[in-house]
Amino acid sequence: MESLFFLVVAAVAIISSILVVTCKNPINSALSLVMTFFCLATFYVMLDAPFMAATQVIVYAGAIMVLIIFVIMLLNVRVETVKRGTHAVIAGSAIGLFVLFQTVWFLMKGSMTGQVGTMTKEQIVSVGHVELIGKALFTDFLLPFEVTSVLLLAAIVGAVVLAKKKI
Amino acid sequence: MDTLILGLPVAYYIAMVAKVLVAFVFVLLTVAYATYAERKIIGHMQVRLGPMRTGWHGLLQPIADGVKLFFKEEIVPSQASKFAFLIAPLVALIPAFISFAVIPFGDSVTIGGYTVPLQIAAYYDEAGKQVFDINVGVLYILAMASLGVYGIVLAGWASNSKYSLLGGLRSAAQMISYELAAGLAIISVFMLSESLSLHKIVADQAGGAWYAFKQPFAFIIFFICSLAEINRTPFDLPEAETELVSGFCTEYSSMKYAMFFMAEYANMITVCAVTTTLFLGGWHGPAFLPGWFWFIAKVYFLIFLCMWIRATYPRYRYDQLMRLGWKVFLPLTLVNVMATGLWVMFISK
Repeated sequence: MESLFFLVVAAVAIISSILVVTCKNPINSALSLVMTFFCLATFYVMLDAPFMAATQVIVYAGAIMVLIIFVIMLLNVRVETVKRGTHAVIAGSAIGLFVLFQTVWFLMKGSMTGQVGTMTKEQIVSVGHVELIGKALFTDFLLPFEVTSVLLLAAIVGAVVLAKKKI
Repeated sequence: MDTLILGLPVAYYIAMVAKVLVAFVFVLLTVAYATYAERKIIGHMQVRLGPMRTGWHGLLQPIADGVKLFFKEEIVPSQASKFAFLIAPLVALIPAFISFAVIPFGDSVTIGGYTVPLQIAAYYDEAGKQVFDINVGVLYILAMASLGVYGIVLAGWASNSKYSLLGGLRSAAQMISYELAAGLAIISVFMLSESLSLHKIVADQAGGAWYAFKQPFAFIIFFICSLAEINRTPFDLPEAETELVSGFCTEYSSMKYAMFFMAEYANMITVCAVTTTLFLGGWHGPAFLPGWFWFIAKVYFLIFLCMWIRATYPRYRYDQLMRLGWKVFLPLTLVNVMATGLWVMFISK
């Protein structure tokens, strides 16, 4: 059941990510990207990580993609008329193939299987996924957390400065 | 009871399907009759009768409206982006309905020796004698609410009309701004309940200890921001019929228009149900009536409140709306979160 469901979601993810790059209309590409994010969220749910799934949908599908669509709408880029350069396509597919080959090779080598970390499924179910993430975030990873928040604050201030000439 | 399909008893599947069907049909019926109730209530508030001709006191009006919209001509503007134009009403409608999956609408009931919690995304663990639900229910609702904006933005853009685009842009800005304040208002609730699971939040409010009493500011701000997020009066700027000729749905006709309408009412019901769950004790109430009755009663009261507000207040101006969201509600909710934090830290422990 679970593997069948996985295959269905995986198929949708692959098809929609292909559509992201093949769609002529940028809005349709953006929508396909939202669909891909959704499939990713479904995978998080299947991995017993509902918090990650919810954050994925809220942050990527709900906030970032809305802004991207906003920008595309305001620029009013309709259908792309410029023919894409063939050199770029060849280079891109070469890099893509290389990465695919590398991933499959590492998976086949088997160095990534069989290792169990400290977080087991039983622990996640009994303590709670959100509680575990929260505890780790605010104790073990406090410094990265604070650094990230300062970085985000700087980004917000920067956005305000760029948007407003006179403050 | 003994037959297992994929490790779960047959009764589990029957209960799941039954719960989904009952909840879905009930919400659909409420959507249909909310349109009727709105016309009747506003009618009586303005000393009019409202619909009277179709059936007894106009009770068949929603069905007549549905049939009319179903048989109307379907018009797609020639300059529209077809795919986005067709998909937009669905994108608006679906998140409004699937938010209901995590809302507990009653206590567990026992049917044929099998305990079923009245919440779609939940199951009863026979061994541990407790209900498990999706433990990020609140975040799930926020996620679905943030998806609703796509429907309106897409509709506005795909119609390829100035008014629609303006309506779509306005609504996107409005929904994003108010989502923030609504989310921050909820934070103070789960600081008190120490859980994101809606089942636990409802369980915490048993015996009249509603979060509306403990968090009055959060309650009021959440309700107002939710009204803004679902584009209800006094924040219905995206459709503003006087200036934008109905905004994002100007170019829509027939069933697609009806879908936007259904999405609006379904969103209203969802928001009222979420407010009930988070602040008004969910299905808890005096024990002489079942839990689902109290839940429905509270939700209907909030829906009535929405309609009352619509009959009372004029529409906000756009800059006033933005100022209210960013300069009043956002700081207020931040102060509220901080005050709750201090209270939890120093007084309640």
